[in-house]
Amino acid sequence: MESSEKKELQKIANRIRRHVIEGTFCAKCGHPGGSLSASDMLAYLYFKEMRINVNDPQWEDRDRFVLSKGHAAPALYGTLALKGFFPEEEIKNLRKVGSMLQGHPSMKLTPGVDMSTGSLGQGFSTAAGMALNAKLKNKDYRVYAILGDGEIQEGQVWETAMFAPNKGLDNLVAIVDNNNLQIDGTVEEVNSPYPIAEKFAAFGWNTVEIDGHDFDQIEAALNEAKNSGKPTAIVMKTVKGKGVSFMEDVCDWHGKAPNADEYKIAVQELDAAYAAMCE
Amino acid sequence: MADVKKIATRESYAQTLCELGNSIDNLFVLDADLAGATKTGAFKKAFPDRFIDCGIAEQNMMSIAAGLASCGNIVFASSFAMFASGRAFEQVRNSICYPALNVKIGATHAGISVGEDGASHQCCEDIAIMRTLPNMTIINPADDTEAKLAVKAAVEMDGPAYLRFGRLAVPVVFDSDYKFEIGKGVVLSEGSDVTIIATGLMVSCAIEAAKLLANEGISARVVNMATIKPLDKELVLESAAKTGAIVTAEEHSIIGGLGSAVAETVCEAGAKAPVVRLGVEDVFGQSGPALELLDVYKLNAAGIVEKAKKAISLK
Repeated sequence: MESSEKKELQKIANRIRRHVIEGTFCAKCGHPGGSLSASDMLAYLYFKEMRINVNDPQWEDRDRFVLSKGHAAPALYGTLALKGFFPEEEIKNLRKVGSMLQGHPSMKLTPGVDMSTGSLGQGFSTAAGMALNAKLKNKDYRVYAILGDGEIQEGQVWETAMFAPNKGLDNLVAIVDNNNLQIDGTVEEVNSPYPIAEKFAAFGWNTVEIDGHDFDQIEAALNEAKNSGKPTAIVMKTVKGKGVSFMEDVCDWHGKAPNADEYKIAVQELDAAYAAMCE
Repeated sequence: MADVKKIATRESYAQTLCELGNSIDNLFVLDADLAGATKTGAFKKAFPDRFIDCGIAEQNMMSIAAGLASCGNIVFASSFAMFASGRAFEQVRNSICYPALNVKIGATHAGISVGEDGASHQCCEDIAIMRTLPNMTIINPADDTEAKLAVKAAVEMDGPAYLRFGRLAVPVVFDSDYKFEIGKGVVLSEGSDVTIIATGLMVSCAIEAAKLLANEGISARVVNMATIKPLDKELVLESAAKTGAIVTAEEHSIIGGLGSAVAETVCEAGAKAPVVRLGVEDVFGQSGPALELLDVYKLNAAGIVEKAKKAISLK
C-alpha cells in the first residue's frame, strides 16, 4: 500500500475513534473499548474495500456489512457519518430518545446500516443469509461481518460456521475482533474460544491471522479472501481501547463512557495523533 | 362426520408453497432437516434452487431467513412449532421482528395432536410467546381451505408472520368459496346464549358443540378466529354484547393464547360477559394417538359444551 493511502486510512480511523469518544461521552454510556479495537478494520472496509453507494444505501448489488458485535455501534456510526450517510453532528445524539443512532444498530433507523444487530451471534447468520442471496441470484457482491472474540462463545456462531462452507459462500468474510477481553475478564479465563482460526478451519473455512491495526495486513487478508474459493475467517489481533492510552487493554472500558476529565484527555490524544498525521 | 374429508394443514401449507412458487420467483423456503415432516419437501422437489436445508440448526435458520429477506425476498422458514417458536425465539424476535423483515414462519406440528412423540414435541406455548412480539402476525388456520388461503394472505402482506399448522389430518370445514382475511374472525353460525370463539382444529369441534348445545335448548354463536394477532376485537366485543357469555377453544395452553387475548379484550372494554377458556390446562402433554389425546385433554365438542354451560352460569 502506498504510504499516502495508508496515512489517509489512518486519519479516517483516527476520526472514527474521535466519534466513538464523542458519542459515548455525550450518551454517558456505550461501548468504547470494542469500538476502538475495530476502528481500523471499519476504516479499511468502508473507505477502500466495499462497493457501496452513499447516495443509494439500498442498492441491491452493493457489498454488505454486518456488525455482528453490535455493541461496537459507535465505531460503525462514526464510519457511516464520515462516509456521508448522515451528518457527523448526529453522533452527539447517540443513545438519546428519538435518535436515529440506537444503542445497537437498527437498519430501520440508520442510513447505511444493513442489518439490525446487538444480540450476539445473530448478525453473523444474517450476513450468511445475505451471502446466500448473492449465490442464489448470481450476484457478485460480497458480505463482511465483524464478530467479537467473546461473541463466538455463542453456539449460533458455529451453526453458521457449519452452514457457510456447506452452501459454498466464498463471498462471506467473518472478521473476528480478537482483543482478548470480554465483560467478565479475558476470553480465555471466561470461556476460551482459542484456537480460533483452527476452529474455523476445521469447519471448512479459509483462515488468515493478522494484526488488526496494520492496514497492509488487512488489505492482504481481504484480498486473499477473494481468491480462496471458501468463506474466509480473518482473526485479527487487536487492542481493546486502541488509540486512547488509558483505555488500551483495560477490560473495564468494555461498556462505560469517559467522564469529562477522561473525555478531555482522550480527545487531546486523538487530536494530537491526527495533527501529527497531517504534518 | 365419518364421511368428512380430512387433511392435515401441514399438507395444505406445502401445497400452497408449491403453487405460489410458480408465480413468485423470489419466494424461498428454508427448513431445518424436517422437510419430510413439515412437507416442504414438496417445494424442494419442485424448486430445488429455492429450497435451503439449514440442517438441525433453527437459530441459524431464522437469522439466515432474515438475511435473505433483507435482500428483498419472501422467505418461509419451517420447522416444528416447538423449535420455530421456542428454540429460535430470540432469533425470531431480534433478527426478524425487530427489523420487521418479510419472513413467514411455517410452524407445523403445533399442539397436543402431535401425538405419540410426546410432550417434548407438543408445543402448546407458541401462540403465547409469539403474541408478545411487535410486528408479528399470528394465524392458526382451522382446515385445509383456510390454511391455503392463510399462506397466500401471508405472502400478500409485508412483514413477519407466524403460521401455525398441525400434523393431524383434520376435517375440511370450509367450502372453496370461503373468504379469509387476516385480522377478521368469521361468524359460522348465529346464536344468542353464548359465543364459542374457536381457533385451529377446535373450530370443527365448536361447530359440533353448537349442535349438542342446541339439542339442550342452548343457542350458541360460533366464531372462527384464525388470526390471533391482530385480534378481531370488534367481533369479540360484538359477540360479548350479543350473547353475554364467551367460551374460547384452542389447542394451546390456556395461558397466553386465544383465550387470554379474548379475555383481555373483553375486560379492557368493560364488556359484561364472562370469558371461560378451554385449552390445555397448565400441564405438559404425553404420548398417545392424537385423537385419544385430544379427548384426554377435553379438547373436543364435549369439552366446549361443558365450558359453555359454565360461561352461561356465570352470567
